[in-house]
Amino acid sequence: MDWSAFQISLKLAAWTSLLLLPVGILAGRALAWTPFRGRTAVEAAIMLPLVLPPTVLGYYLLVGLGPQSLVGSGLERATGRGLVFTFEGILVASMIFNIPFAIQPMQRAFEAIPANLREAAWVSGLSSFETFVRVELPLAWPGLVSATALVFAHTLGEFGVILMVGGNIPGETQTLAIAVYDRVQAFENSAAAAMAAVLLAFSFFAIFVVHLTTGRRRRHDRG
Amino acid sequence: MTAAEPASLEVRLRQTHPIPLDATFTCRAGQLLALVGPSGSGKTTILRAIAGLVEVADGRIACNGQAWLDRAAGVHLAPQARRVGLVFQDYALFPHMTAAENVATPLRHLPPDERTRRARELLDLVNLKGLEERRPEALSGGQRQRVALARALAREPAVLLLDEPFSAVDQMTRERLKRELVALRARLRIPIVLVTHDLNEAVALADRMVVLYRGETLQEGPPEDIRQRPLSPIVARLVGQTNVFHGTVVRSSAPGRHGLIAWRGHQVEVVSTGDFAESSNVSWLVPSDHIVLHRRDRPSLGERENPVSGTIVEMAGMGEQTSMLVAVAGQTSEHDRSTLNFRVPTHTARRNQLAPGVVVTLSLLAAGIHLMPPEAAAGGP
Repeated sequence: MDWSAFQISLKLAAWTSLLLLPVGILAGRALAWTPFRGRTAVEAAIMLPLVLPPTVLGYYLLVGLGPQSLVGSGLERATGRGLVFTFEGILVASMIFNIPFAIQPMQRAFEAIPANLREAAWVSGLSSFETFVRVELPLAWPGLVSATALVFAHTLGEFGVILMVGGNIPGETQTLAIAVYDRVQAFENSAAAAMAAVLLAFSFFAIFVVHLTTGRRRRHDRG
Repeated sequence: MTAAEPASLEVRLRQTHPIPLDATFTCRAGQLLALVGPSGSGKTTILRAIAGLVEVADGRIACNGQAWLDRAAGVHLAPQARRVGLVFQDYALFPHMTAAENVATPLRHLPPDERTRRARELLDLVNLKGLEERRPEALSGGQRQRVALARALAREPAVLLLDEPFSAVDQMTRERLKRELVALRARLRIPIVLVTHDLNEAVALADRMVVLYRGETLQEGPPEDIRQRPLSPIVARLVGQTNVFHGTVVRSSAPGRHGLIAWRGHQVEVVSTGDFAESSNVSWLVPSDHIVLHRRDRPSLGERENPVSGTIVEMAGMGEQTSMLVAVAGQTSEHDRSTLNFRVPTHTARRNQLAPGVVVTLSLLAAGIHLMPPEAAAGGP
């Protein structure tokens, strides 16, 4: 068992989930309620990481974030650290790769809130922010849990895009999924087996949580 | 309404887009005003405009002299700034809160213990004592409506707005809720605006009624007045008058002299021909409660008043009352309907052995007959 890879995986999954949470809430809410031109195109773009081969996404991220790119060079000048082959780099890649998982469940959750509940809150004197905190978030809660669990699990399982952007640097960018690949390549099957089992358990737990929360919402709707 | 009594709620709305509106009405404190009209007539839009939930292109809404909306002056207050109590058609209770928490939501300016106390008081007022901790999903339709009403009142509203508040409950609950509203009304010194498509509801509950059609206020007044004296055939139909016909004034009424109108070869006596001159075309109506059925075995009193005979074409028992449709004999006209609709007690129908195909004689009581301008060739509900 490679504890440093395990730690990097958990750190990456935690940061990705945390940073994508506000993105998912705001974007999901806007997509659910605010009509705007080109919405279908935006929704399609959000779903793109689901169907794009990870290598293709990784290639574009390399081009976009590498030392030759505007973003990469600017960041390197400012911080002395680039995005390619660093933890920050795989974090950015992981966030982009997980956008559909962060936004979709939130959008569905906000869409399920009847518009007149917000109106009832306004008429009751609640400001837009109070309405968000007291009415919208509590009702969108299952979507929030579900999005976070999906992002977390999906980040643990990322492989191609991490390999492309981060390489395979132990202690920096080598995640558990990449470590499994590494050990299998080196014929260390027993080490691979332990890590594979950990990933399996985590993934199952995450999906279980998703089903638990959405299942409860379904029962709630019937009531 | 005289100028000496300032109206508590003044509404004037005008727009052509997206929903055409041309509505003007006022509602005084303590009054219950019903907005009635078919679906799509804009009544809910008007209610939402009063609450500030929809934008209206032009108009003014003022409550106790304070402008909530004044397009000309650039005033448009947010819903939060309007002090309205709104009971939504499906109640819109917050499903994640208990009844007490729902009612306490508009009371967030109060300290927590006072908030709780006030919420309990209001739930008590709407007869929901003991159900404070229930979530909406554990309440019946009628109980949910009461929670919604209590939440609306918690706002200490300057205006109470009710959007079809009785449509989502069963008949028995509806009658009880109506009685409760009547009782509550007496305690509230604010204008109440009720949106309904149910005319009987408006007649039973409202002091004033505004008839809306395609966003336009066609008539405003006491419900019974509008029912008996609609300004146009459209209003007549919207308030449930089915016996609307065409005729021609033969003789104007004068003091001490009834007027006469010609209809399908009959001469119909009317108490007043109003402003209609002789030989002008008119629409006229006879309310179904001003149609008297003659007994078949012996003539009864009043049979000399506008007797018409016809054949029963349709009968429908509705419990104690039986509704019937009678095709009137006489000249036919391609533009005119020829059936009279009215109700008799079911026992009367049985005793007189009334059935489809039977020929009956009716009197159209002159006192109830009302004349209106002739219907335009096109339009109408």
